[in-house]
Amino acid sequence: MMSEVAQDEEKWLGAGIAGLQQNAFYMHRALDSNNLRDALKYSAQMLSELRTSRLSPHKYYELYMRAFDELRKLEMFFKEETRRGCSIVDLYELVQHAGNILPRLYLLCTVGSVYIKSKEAPAKDVLKDLVEMCRGIQHPVRGLFLRSYLSQVSRDKLPDIGSEYEGDADTVVDAVEFVLQNFTEMNKLWVRMQHQGPAREKEKREKERSELRDLVGKNLHVLSQIEGVDLEMYKETVLPRVLEQVVNCKDELAQYYLMDCIIQVFPDEYHLQTLETLLGAYPQLQPSVDVKTVLSQLMERLSNYAASSAEALPEFLQVEAFAKLNNAIGKVIEAQVDMPVAGAVTLYSSLLTFTLHVHPDRLDYVDQVLGACVKKLSGKGKLEDSRATKQIVALLSAPLEKYNDIMTALKLSNYPRVMEYLDNGTNKVMAVVIIQSIMKNNTCVSTADKVEALFELIKGLIKDLDGTFDDELDEEDFKEEQNSVARLIQMLYSDDPEEMFKIICTVRKHILTGGPKRLPFTAPPLVFSALKLVRRLQGQDENVVGEEALATPKKIFQFLNQIIEALSTVPTPELALRLYLQCAEAANDSDLEPVAYEFFTQAYILYEEEISDSKAQVTAIHLIIGTLQRMHVFGVENRDTLTHKATGYSAKLLKKPDQCRAVYACSHLFWVDDQDSVKDGERVLLCLKRALRIANAAQQMTNATRGGSGSVTLFVEILNKYLYFFEKGNPQVNIAAIQGLIELITTEMQSDTSTQDPAADAFFASTLRYIQFQKQKGGVIGEKYEPIKV
Amino acid sequence: MNYLIGAFKPPCNISISFVDGRTRKQVPLKKENGQSMMVPLFQSQENIVGEVVIEPIQGKKVEHNGVKIELLGQIELYFDRGNFYDFTSLVRELDVPGELYERKTYPFEFSTVEMPYESYNGVNVRLRYILKVTISRNYVGNIVEYQDFVVRNYTPLPSINNSIKMEVGIEDCLHIEFEYGKSKYHLKDVIIGKIYFLLVRIKIKNMELEIRRRESTGSGPNTYVETETLAKFELMDGAPVRGESIPIRLFLSPYELTPTYRNINNKFSVKYYLNLVLVDEEDRRYFKQQEITVYRLLETS
Repeated sequence: MMSEVAQDEEKWLGAGIAGLQQNAFYMHRALDSNNLRDALKYSAQMLSELRTSRLSPHKYYELYMRAFDELRKLEMFFKEETRRGCSIVDLYELVQHAGNILPRLYLLCTVGSVYIKSKEAPAKDVLKDLVEMCRGIQHPVRGLFLRSYLSQVSRDKLPDIGSEYEGDADTVVDAVEFVLQNFTEMNKLWVRMQHQGPAREKEKREKERSELRDLVGKNLHVLSQIEGVDLEMYKETVLPRVLEQVVNCKDELAQYYLMDCIIQVFPDEYHLQTLETLLGAYPQLQPSVDVKTVLSQLMERLSNYAASSAEALPEFLQVEAFAKLNNAIGKVIEAQVDMPVAGAVTLYSSLLTFTLHVHPDRLDYVDQVLGACVKKLSGKGKLEDSRATKQIVALLSAPLEKYNDIMTALKLSNYPRVMEYLDNGTNKVMAVVIIQSIMKNNTCVSTADKVEALFELIKGLIKDLDGTFDDELDEEDFKEEQNSVARLIQMLYSDDPEEMFKIICTVRKHILTGGPKRLPFTAPPLVFSALKLVRRLQGQDENVVGEEALATPKKIFQFLNQIIEALSTVPTPELALRLYLQCAEAANDSDLEPVAYEFFTQAYILYEEEISDSKAQVTAIHLIIGTLQRMHVFGVENRDTLTHKATGYSAKLLKKPDQCRAVYACSHLFWVDDQDSVKDGERVLLCLKRALRIANAAQQMTNATRGGSGSVTLFVEILNKYLYFFEKGNPQVNIAAIQGLIELITTEMQSDTSTQDPAADAFFASTLRYIQFQKQKGGVIGEKYEPIKV
Repeated sequence: MNYLIGAFKPPCNISISFVDGRTRKQVPLKKENGQSMMVPLFQSQENIVGEVVIEPIQGKKVEHNGVKIELLGQIELYFDRGNFYDFTSLVRELDVPGELYERKTYPFEFSTVEMPYESYNGVNVRLRYILKVTISRNYVGNIVEYQDFVVRNYTPLPSINNSIKMEVGIEDCLHIEFEYGKSKYHLKDVIIGKIYFLLVRIKIKNMELEIRRRESTGSGPNTYVETETLAKFELMDGAPVRGESIPIRLFLSPYELTPTYRNINNKFSVKYYLNLVLVDEEDRRYFKQQEITVYRLLETS
């Protein structure tokens, strides 16, 4: 059905064009033979094609453009005609004999143009007559096009200042008057268009109407181009008149478009100077008009204007732009009761942007805007509208972007209050934005108070807000968020240890509210942050002992203990264990034996009670061994207890190879190179032998279950340990033992049953190569190695 | 003119000419056969002076009972065909009875002739002025020759010329107020006016102004009225809304108007009306007719 209509339209347009061309042809013939009568006759007939009501504005435009081209030729002819002695006044009358009004008026405008050029009458009189006569066309589309034609032909003939058509006194007033009148009439026609035709086609009509808007807006453009429209005239005449028309037309589409047009076509400086008048119009617009967009655009332009030149800034202050805009927004929101919250927030957001551009130094303004926003939002509860929340995010992000400093935002008392109105999800998004801003700018948050405020802002990330359901959360997003919090924690830093400790306490207070899901993310950075502090304190020695120092390593370790304890209940025993070990190491560096011992105890308890997964156990035991090996703070007794325990754990691992590896790793616990107190060669050998036994057992087990002997990797690994201790001078590890092991491995490898394991072969080969290499080195080492036969 | 020559071969040629024939303005006059010819133009109280030339055809003599010239003002009603009514009749004797052998010229003069009515060529009526030369003869028919001329009378600017202003409407449907600048217009005048729309509840498609001529002939039960629309001038295209005012500017010069004739010799009247017509989308017509007076302005230049 639609296509049928379109087809018909195409047909009508075709017919219209054909008719137009035919008459244009006769008209040309008349023009060529200087036959004025025929020229008028055929041009009128040609223009009659424009009387159609069947075409949509789009198609009508096509027809109009063709007629327009023809009229240019006719105008040339008229000009020649007057040169040949035909009186322009007579011509002006003659064209008015046409019976049909539309062709008559097109011809009149065409002759009128020549009339003005001839300067036989003042331009203003001719223009006035034309614009008056055009009232005869009340059909919206035809009227709009006719007036648009008038506007087109008269553009270069306005009695503007400096124009050749300028008359004696104040003719620019007439020029403005003419354009304004044409604008007014066109707007009326345009607005009226919506009421033409059946109601069911309203939507289509509105679309068509929208296509025609530039015809109307062009007038404003012409106005802005008139040289004589200075600020004074703009203020006194142009703007009030245009606004009057805009307000009175009571049409949504027109008001929106025209307000936008005004903002776009006239210079910013004018807007600034007439801000009050301009803004005064906004509350009077129809409630359905998208005021926020237009107003936002205005503010955006003004912002850019302010940014463009430094000279403009005093003007802003002078006209109190901020106060006026703020006021106007308040009024608009008041006037448009139905305006969605999103709209209001958009307005505030634009105002904020404006403020940030124009008055970057006025934080109180920013806070004022936020305050107004809070007021608007209050009593509404959390926002449900996604657009509104999006706008709030924009609103809140703007100061961050501008100041590049979260500190400034923290100074804004209304900032957190606005955030409260966000729903939980968005709150989080906002929090992430804040964190990102901090990251990006490397802002260091350096006092506990600020940290407190900051965490208040991002509390959406820190803890479960009411009404959030865990199952709604996307695991990945959650991780992302918490990772960003973790990064944030790293950014909190103060040079003053006392302050730093306060910061850490504040952070702890907050993250402990975060619940088991968050702690694994947030605790580690805090722990490391605290450990960093500890190390800093070490550097300062104990010269602060006398004072009532808050931040002593001891206190911090106590504090750490609490945190990790909280973490172990989560439960994430592996993580807690690692942290305990880290702490133990730190305590070791601070020479706090009891503390270190306590941490180890905690780690062991965790190992025994919480870590049941065999793989986790393997990892844990290696970590324990590694850490313990480096501890130097322990006395013999404590160390014995701990090493004994560790060796015990190692032997109780589930898988033989794991056992073997753990056990030979334990050997290092008894031999620390730079610690003379810990060099117990016997127990080292014991460990290695035990490892060999286990390796053997593992080999046999493979034999039993799979047939064929297992890999020799374990043996090679043990051989390497032997070599290590041999090299370090452990007297218990002797050539014979090494030699025996090498032979064992070689035999194993040559036995038929052994499974081929290229990695093991290569490992063994390179171990042998190492021995060779050491031999060739000569010197003490070479001598030492010399007896080993390979 | 002398189309009877071939058939009956009248024995002489008659021609009528005016002394100022060369300088006098000539205007077109439509003849009965539809063709136009140029004839001299006079106005009331002018002297009509000229001469009649009678030229017998070679070798013939014309016997006659006298030659005369008449100036006739006639009203011819078509429904009463052939019945001329002479409202003016002046006679000059040119020659006593005798014989004509050769070309003879007779000067004539009608001084300050009263010609109160203008020549008019209407639908049902014609008012004409003629000069008629008659050579009376016995036995055979008289030889007659006619010369038409046109009379136009000029009027000075009327001292009172009120505008026509009126509010009309259909209750709750359409209320308009229209205004024509004047009630009396000369033939080359311009009608200037305005239409205000006070209330519009119908869907108007367009509006036009018609100039209508009403010619009424006869009297009493035999009155014939003929109305012609001489001009249809579109004033507005599309539907206006309340408060709109539409300008009127209609030049009268392109139309063939005559002055208003009121009760010409009790035989006929010609009146002019402006008819304002509004057409709605269903092609219903709403109109209001107003009489205007048309006059012939004395051209000063």
